[in-house]
Amino acid sequence: MEPLIRIRGLSKRFGQGCSRCLDATGPEQDTNLCPHCGSVMACNDVSFDLFRNEALGVVGESGSGKSTLVRLLHFEWEASGGGMEMHRSAGLSNLPEMFTDGSNYSCNLLGLSHFQKRQLRNALMGIVYQNPHLGLRMQVSSGGNIAERLLGAGWRNIAKMRERSAELLERTEIPIERMDEPPCNFSGGMQQRVQIAKALSNNPLILFLDEVTTGLDLSVQARVLDMIRNLRSEFNLSMLVVSHDLGVINLLCQRTMVMKSGHVVESGLTDQILQDPQHRYTQLLVASQL
Amino acid sequence: MLMHEWLQKDDEPRSDAAQSAGYPFGFMDEGAKKEIRRSILKAVAIPGYQVPYGSREMPIARGWGTGGLQITLSMVKPDDILKVIDQGCDDSVNAVNIKKFVATVASVAITTDTRAATLIQTRHRIPEERMNDQQILVLQVPYPEALREVEPSEMETRRMHAEADYSRMWLYLYEDIVKYGEITISYRYPVTVNGRYITDPSPIPRWDVPKLHMADTLFLFGAGREKRIYAIPPHTSVEPLEFEDHKFRTENFFGKACARCGATDTFLDEVIDNAGGGRSFFCSDSGYCDKRSQAWNH
Repeated sequence: MEPLIRIRGLSKRFGQGCSRCLDATGPEQDTNLCPHCGSVMACNDVSFDLFRNEALGVVGESGSGKSTLVRLLHFEWEASGGGMEMHRSAGLSNLPEMFTDGSNYSCNLLGLSHFQKRQLRNALMGIVYQNPHLGLRMQVSSGGNIAERLLGAGWRNIAKMRERSAELLERTEIPIERMDEPPCNFSGGMQQRVQIAKALSNNPLILFLDEVTTGLDLSVQARVLDMIRNLRSEFNLSMLVVSHDLGVINLLCQRTMVMKSGHVVESGLTDQILQDPQHRYTQLLVASQL
Repeated sequence: MLMHEWLQKDDEPRSDAAQSAGYPFGFMDEGAKKEIRRSILKAVAIPGYQVPYGSREMPIARGWGTGGLQITLSMVKPDDILKVIDQGCDDSVNAVNIKKFVATVASVAITTDTRAATLIQTRHRIPEERMNDQQILVLQVPYPEALREVEPSEMETRRMHAEADYSRMWLYLYEDIVKYGEITISYRYPVTVNGRYITDPSPIPRWDVPKLHMADTLFLFGAGREKRIYAIPPHTSVEPLEFEDHKFRTENFFGKACARCGATDTFLDEVIDNAGGGRSFFCSDSGYCDKRSQAWNH
């Protein structure tokens, strides 16, 4: 089976950069800050595949580049280098110019124009942030938040959009009578569920979850995770799950990557990584959390 | 001779006085007029796109129609017939001032008849009578950015225009409908020009918006304070933002008629009688109303 997206050599540098950045940063040096020029190598040469209907976990300490990775793949930040290719079966029929050479994979999506990236994002991707303030407009009604994505995808019928919003809010266990209330009236767990509803509104192929349950209390965490698991099988989602919590990863993901100082230090089946960690840092992580 | 002295002088020919005092034809120097004409050409080539230009100092204050005035002055020819209206009215102070000024510096004839004019400068109205392909309508614009309501940053609105990222504008309308059951924008109703740019039609009432669609006339928009020129060329589609189940509507006067000319198919102003407290309605387009009243009396 061919992967849905292929990521190769993805890098993100903040700062000028110098010739010694690559050697001076990384897990061995235990830093992503180049001591020579002061640049931060937030992501360095990250490569992986994401398959259909798969949940891939990304674990690592804070500052290891997990969230940067998500921002790059969601086209929020410009990558400094590397490639992202999507399989033909992703259904990019409205962007045929991306498949020129007859190969099953698109051109490097990171090189597309802002306009094309936006189209791609609206058609294929959803994202849920740790902080609901990033993903939601707090002063706009919850239904409106969901409608915004639908409007971006060309929906122009209020009744149909409200129907779709109600359906999604029901799936994410928000009472429909609160649909016209702004998320700032909601609890943290509810806000997170509105965010998930918004992310799912355009039937995405790929869902990015960036520390979705961090900051929620344990019972709410369990319900949100349970819901995400159900939604994944129901909507046939490919998910990239970023978390520093191995419990979350264990629950949601079949495969996992471990990041440290901008590098992927270990990757494999989640069970394998948790039971038999190979890299020194993974061993520390597993030992301290399980 | 000083500017205010010419303006007060009613004997002809004033333009000779202006030119003998060293002012070029049309007040602005040739370089300025050339730049503005080039901006206009670009605006016509990209319908609805706001072209930045170097807005000049005018002898009226910014915000009082300097954008429209600069377009008028850069395009006016000696054989033009000029009409200037302010909120539909030919006789308001602002319209009269601008009219006198242009007549002084460009020696053009003045009219109040929409059909007779070749060049019309207007604030906040489009004349009731359909204009033809030989005429140009210049609109004064206070806020050229249609997205300003939803996004305060100029950099961000430019990005939104560039990427046709208009979901926030649509969201604004959605929220309006959810809250009030209908879209509450009464004037400055956003329109999509040529299927591409969301554009501010200037503060014309919704009544006038359909007149922009597939018109025979060239519409030029000038914002002097905000330093933008944009255009809706003839035969260009202009679609007000609307939903399939919440259509755009114009104002409705529920069968009221103009108290002066009896028109029932024009945009009406409500006038309250201070003494008696009675209400009456009059055509907002005074030139059209005059024409109808005269025909009525004969």
